[in-house]
Amino acid sequence: MPTHTFKLNGKQISVDAEDNVRLLWVLRDLLGVTGPKYGCALEVCKSCTSHINGKAFNTCSVQVKDIGPTDEVTTIEGLPATVGKDLHPMQEAWLKYDVAQCGYCQPGQIMAAVAKVKQARKEGRDITDADLDELRNICRCGTYSRIREAVKAGAEDMGA
Amino acid sequence: MAEHRRSLDRPTDQPTGGRGLLGRRRVLGYLIAAPTLAVGVSWIANESDPRPADAAVPSLPQPVDIFDLGDLQNLAAAPTSGLITVELKTDGTAFFAVPRAEVGQGITTAFAMMVAEELDLPMDKVEIGLADARPELLMNQLTGGSNSMRSMYLPVRTAAAIARQRLVDTAAAHWGVAAGKVTTKAGVLSGPGGRTATYGSLAEAAASATTITVSAELKSPSEFSVLGRPRNRVDGHDIVTGRKQFAMDLQVPGAKPTMVARPPTINGTLKSINNLAALRAMPGISDVVGITHGVAIRGDTFGQCIDAIQKVDATWGPGTVDDESDATVLAKLRAAQLPMAVPPVLSQTIDAEFVFAFASNSPLEPDCAIADVRPDSAEIWSSLKVPIVAQEDIAKQLGLPIDAVKVHVVQGGGSFGRHLFHDVAAEAAEISQKMGKPVKLSWSRTDNFRQGRTHPMSTSRVRVNYLAGNVLSYEQRHTSVQTDFGHGLGEMITAFAADLPVGGNLSFAETIFELTQSSPYNFGVTTQLLNEVPLKFNTGSMRNIYSPNVVCAEELVVDRLAAKMGQDPVRFRRNFLKDKRLLAVLNKAAEVGQWGKAMPKGTAQGVGVHSEYRAAVATLVEIDCRPETVGRPVEGEAVTGPRVTKAVIVVDPGFCINPRGLEAQMIGGLQDAIALALTSSLHIKDGIPLEGSWDNYFYTREWNTPLDVEVVIMPNTSDSPSGAGELAVAPAFAAVACAYARATGTMPTYFPINHGTLGFKPLPVQPSTPQSPTDGLDHTF
Repeated sequence: MPTHTFKLNGKQISVDAEDNVRLLWVLRDLLGVTGPKYGCALEVCKSCTSHINGKAFNTCSVQVKDIGPTDEVTTIEGLPATVGKDLHPMQEAWLKYDVAQCGYCQPGQIMAAVAKVKQARKEGRDITDADLDELRNICRCGTYSRIREAVKAGAEDMGA
Repeated sequence: MAEHRRSLDRPTDQPTGGRGLLGRRRVLGYLIAAPTLAVGVSWIANESDPRPADAAVPSLPQPVDIFDLGDLQNLAAAPTSGLITVELKTDGTAFFAVPRAEVGQGITTAFAMMVAEELDLPMDKVEIGLADARPELLMNQLTGGSNSMRSMYLPVRTAAAIARQRLVDTAAAHWGVAAGKVTTKAGVLSGPGGRTATYGSLAEAAASATTITVSAELKSPSEFSVLGRPRNRVDGHDIVTGRKQFAMDLQVPGAKPTMVARPPTINGTLKSINNLAALRAMPGISDVVGITHGVAIRGDTFGQCIDAIQKVDATWGPGTVDDESDATVLAKLRAAQLPMAVPPVLSQTIDAEFVFAFASNSPLEPDCAIADVRPDSAEIWSSLKVPIVAQEDIAKQLGLPIDAVKVHVVQGGGSFGRHLFHDVAAEAAEISQKMGKPVKLSWSRTDNFRQGRTHPMSTSRVRVNYLAGNVLSYEQRHTSVQTDFGHGLGEMITAFAADLPVGGNLSFAETIFELTQSSPYNFGVTTQLLNEVPLKFNTGSMRNIYSPNVVCAEELVVDRLAAKMGQDPVRFRRNFLKDKRLLAVLNKAAEVGQWGKAMPKGTAQGVGVHSEYRAAVATLVEIDCRPETVGRPVEGEAVTGPRVTKAVIVVDPGFCINPRGLEAQMIGGLQDAIALALTSSLHIKDGIPLEGSWDNYFYTREWNTPLDVEVVIMPNTSDSPSGAGELAVAPAFAAVACAYARATGTMPTYFPINHGTLGFKPLPVQPSTPQSPTDGLDHTF
């Protein structure tokens, strides 16, 4: 069985897995990293959203062989360390606005929100309602209103 | 005008100062023999005293007016011998194992607030767990009907109050002072001379050597410092850090990922596996066995189970509804509609029929259960709202005594009705028994939509006779594919049939319909009846059973009546509503939502009102049906359509336990309602739903959600909380439908409005779970 190595939440790790196994299952079933959730494995619900080299992606739809040794994968568990704090400002905003209900989608929502804010910033602007309309993450509890409030507040606290 | 709806204006619930000092209520419980302080309380049927209806109003009371589904559940809880217990540990924390399921509705937070309030303990010193199946609780371990707060508000507070009283008495005895001289605050006891002791330091001293009956006083609402104030979720931090554990996140030794290849039609059966050896030889696969409804595959990763599903060669037997499609089901429903009773004589008549498509109650977390079945015992982990029924059925299925089966209730990633059923846990047990190994079974997303539970298709026919500004009769005939109540509510009805105010030999479904449905209007002779067609779909409730569809149909007809009588919809409702609480929420919604303001062509306001669970709600929405909005572009597979741009929800919850949580439930209910009205349904074709992913089943997404949502919570009108979990869906569904009708000039009659156009390319029926994409790195942002 091939061995794969990549950077996961700041640490270089190695894992034995068949090449085609999607990263979501490598994280969850082989490495015990359960923050990214299984919601569809069809690149639709976005509950497995994590970051690769700082950009949002869906771990359910990437084969582990396509992750290189220098790629940096960040899951919700590693998000606070990217800002050197106990909680990322987006997580703080999520708490402040009491966004979660069941909580199943929320790790993916937070990871998508952070990337969306960074994307807007790179374009030299603040996040807009039109940007938020582009978020495809499903929340079956229907927390969308509070998600929108929290993303805007979290964006302010993320700084430039 | 006399008010007769028991749900509203209950004088017995009005805050009073008449009971003891400060209006406090004395309650009973037990000190349980234990190493540290433990208090047990028996269930108190706090609302099981149906008040006689007074009938001095034009419409006679319907059964729900004097006794509703929640009352049935409370009645069923009353004689239960099992106690609920609050324990105090030596570290000063209080522990309470809730005999209910937390699925996002926020009950763990609300129970922590109750314990913190009556025990004078900080919230972070209260630990709430979910109780395993407890057979001795009989029918009192069912999470449903928005009943948890209503049935447990008094017992949980009672247990905490008794624990506090015992600590006070213990400290007083140690210090040799009168109990009246000891005070409690934030987990610390204080006495004369500056003496203090933490709760933890007295947890052992306060323990009782024998189980004895004791009493204590509950705080009066005027003394509350926790209850009624906004509190964030107790599990918020775990959620945002990814630490909250759902069934799939649990690490049970040996319980490897397991999935099932399923037949091409609903409830199809396995006849044979034609390539067993090849499947067993696939990478990462450890076990493959045939089960009743498929081929179970266990492996190192769920991904490899999905790989194997692609290769399954099986022969399938027929399912239970192979010949059914949307059109055949609708024809059967129409054939079964009960006749109207009142003929149109000397009056004008409105006749309308509404159709509501099948809908999926699947939560975001795919169905998951862990099972470890041994020759003489079994252990199950899953999100279960009726764990006792699960335990009984699984024990029977495995051929084990009930007490050999342990059922652990795990927090659920949503439920919406799905977790009333334990079919997934039972299947996990079947697989574990056949494989002789522990399994972590997950249904795939496609399984959930195609083989999971559906809210059944229904029609609602309404006939109204009116004359000279009066409504003479209102008749509603609701006809539905049979709803499955085989999860405990049925048992409750059988056990308490004689106590219910609905006569005759009604079916479970008819009984529940009569206990939940009532028209809020003075419309003369009013009858609302249910008939069911017994088709073998896998059905269940979905964030309420009948109300969203029944209320949507009624409110659309009310708008039409108003138009025929030349009245504004809000003014018309004011004239005909029966009770003051509904009138109050309607007036507030009209005020906050600026009812009647000028709106551009193609946009409109709509309003809907509803009372249930002893609460009253009014919803006012604005909808935009202009072509540029309807056709707004969204990348990828997506339904846009009309957009609800603003919503105001006004709720009178009786007593509001946690405004933050109540507001969350109202917002969630609104999003469900938008989906039911505009976008989400299952299309049944040749015995199976076409929907297979969230991009086929169009639950509300960010691009459908209103940008402006306001929830107004009315001042308390009672000392008792109402139900909230399902409350907001019906009035919001009605409001969106009414707004759509006013914006387009056409009353919609088939829901959701986009059901007639298939907005996606269906996934193949086989393999039953599609392969995952591999192009994720092409879509980063």
